[in-house]
Amino acid sequence: MTALDAQAELVDEFEMFDNWMDRYQYIIDMGKQLPAFPDEWKSAETKIEGCQSNVWMHHRLDGGRLHFDAISDAAIVSGLIAVLMRIYNDRTPQEIVSTEPSFLEELGLDKHLSPTRSNGLHAMLGRIYQVAESQAA
Amino acid sequence: MTALKELTLDVVKVRADFPILERKVHGYPLIYLDNAATSQTPRQVIATFDDYYRRYNANIHRGLHTLADEATAAYEGTRETVRAFLNARERREIVFTRGTTEAINLVANAWGRANLKAGDEVLVSLMEHHSNIVPWQLLAEQLGIVIKVIPVDERGVLDLDAYRDLFTERTRLVAVNHVSNAFGTINPVKELAGIAHAHDALILIDGAQAAPHEPIDVQDIDADFYAFSGHKVYGPTGAGALYGKAALLEAMPPWQGGGEMIKTVSFDTGTSFADIPHRFEAGTPAIAEVIALGKALEWVSGIGLELIGGWEQQLLAHATERLVAVDGLRILGTAPHKAGVISFVVDGAHSQDIGLLIDQLGVAIRTGHHCAQPLLTHFGVDATCRASFAAYNTPEEIDIFVDALERVIGMVR
Repeated sequence: MTALDAQAELVDEFEMFDNWMDRYQYIIDMGKQLPAFPDEWKSAETKIEGCQSNVWMHHRLDGGRLHFDAISDAAIVSGLIAVLMRIYNDRTPQEIVSTEPSFLEELGLDKHLSPTRSNGLHAMLGRIYQVAESQAA
Repeated sequence: MTALKELTLDVVKVRADFPILERKVHGYPLIYLDNAATSQTPRQVIATFDDYYRRYNANIHRGLHTLADEATAAYEGTRETVRAFLNARERREIVFTRGTTEAINLVANAWGRANLKAGDEVLVSLMEHHSNIVPWQLLAEQLGIVIKVIPVDERGVLDLDAYRDLFTERTRLVAVNHVSNAFGTINPVKELAGIAHAHDALILIDGAQAAPHEPIDVQDIDADFYAFSGHKVYGPTGAGALYGKAALLEAMPPWQGGGEMIKTVSFDTGTSFADIPHRFEAGTPAIAEVIALGKALEWVSGIGLELIGGWEQQLLAHATERLVAVDGLRILGTAPHKAGVISFVVDGAHSQDIGLLIDQLGVAIRTGHHCAQPLLTHFGVDATCRASFAAYNTPEEIDIFVDALERVIGMVR
């Protein structure tokens, strides 16, 4: 499955719900399944600014593929982390760089979680692309 | 014979003045509880803009034509409205600014630079908005003045004994808010002013959160400077005012230079400055906004701040009663005297989640640090939820808000 396939799969899942409260619940529930994030990964470098909650994102390169882990003390941001992990985790930096984040619009996240709401989604996305670009270069 | 004053606020009548309250958010009727950030605008104030730009848009003070004359009359008329609103002695004690932040920066830069030297002390309370902290920090960096912090107790009440103990012979100014934007604490500003004056220090009061909730009397308080913002008192953004005692303002040099603030300008003989208050109003001001601010204060006075404040106290009592019953909810700021502001945190539910989710149900509250990071840090939190009330809010809205809150808490736990 490619990053684009993962986005399409998420769009399908979101279409099961006809209102945003249910979609938020789905996002929140995904966030509850995030793998543990060791405390030693929390540092100034892994901290993501631009969010009302605390967010840390760790990454490592494993066999030419990027693996991200992240954690937040807020439920919706945790769910968004889970969404991002499904799309971007264990891809090559080149695949990440060449994948447009079209899910933002297709899931309606651009409207519901716009950058002005300082929810961290765009800051996390920026970090993922920044890491991928530096690795792809 | 004067008519009997109404004893309770007619909230249905008040609400009819606010077109925005008819809108829906995500399919739900808007419940606007972020009034401490900005209040909504009555139609009479909105109409002022239309009338101004259709009928008498002109630059003020200089033009001899009719439009300039009418605009000047309306603009200066607001100065009288603000004077009466604050019960200042004279119109010239009222300087128009963009808002409270600019008013405080004006005092810091015009009075501060002329009167403060390295080692002089400014007392600032722990519960200040950043706008009453950062201007003094900038001055501290540049002039070497010392900032001392007035502590608060566990209820969010200023520690008056500690306040008294902070004064030294170097204390020149006390800068405090009248009402805390984060917790709603009403500070005893008259007492604070008396103590400051007993130590030969001046007092600047940030009245941004007080002006919408209770009658202000700068003479009774004996404030040296008092600032407020139009957009928190049913007026527009971009217009507010600084009150300063005439003798203080007269002795202050200008801050910003430009048109409107001069008497004569010459490259040969130098420039002389206008009298107060125009000395502090360089450039073309926000004319329509100032006129609209006057209309907003008239609207407020038409209802009466006693009535509005009393209504908000009822809303506060009802909201407090409902919120304390919410499982795991803790109210921050439990002062005996509070304006219509409630800050709270909820176990197992981040304020960001609450803010985003409750918006889906049409409820607007504020989440975050409320530009009062030192206070929140002191209370061991980096964010709270804040609901704040205005004349148009109702107990029914508070019930819907608390029901919505319980629903969203259930979603994230």
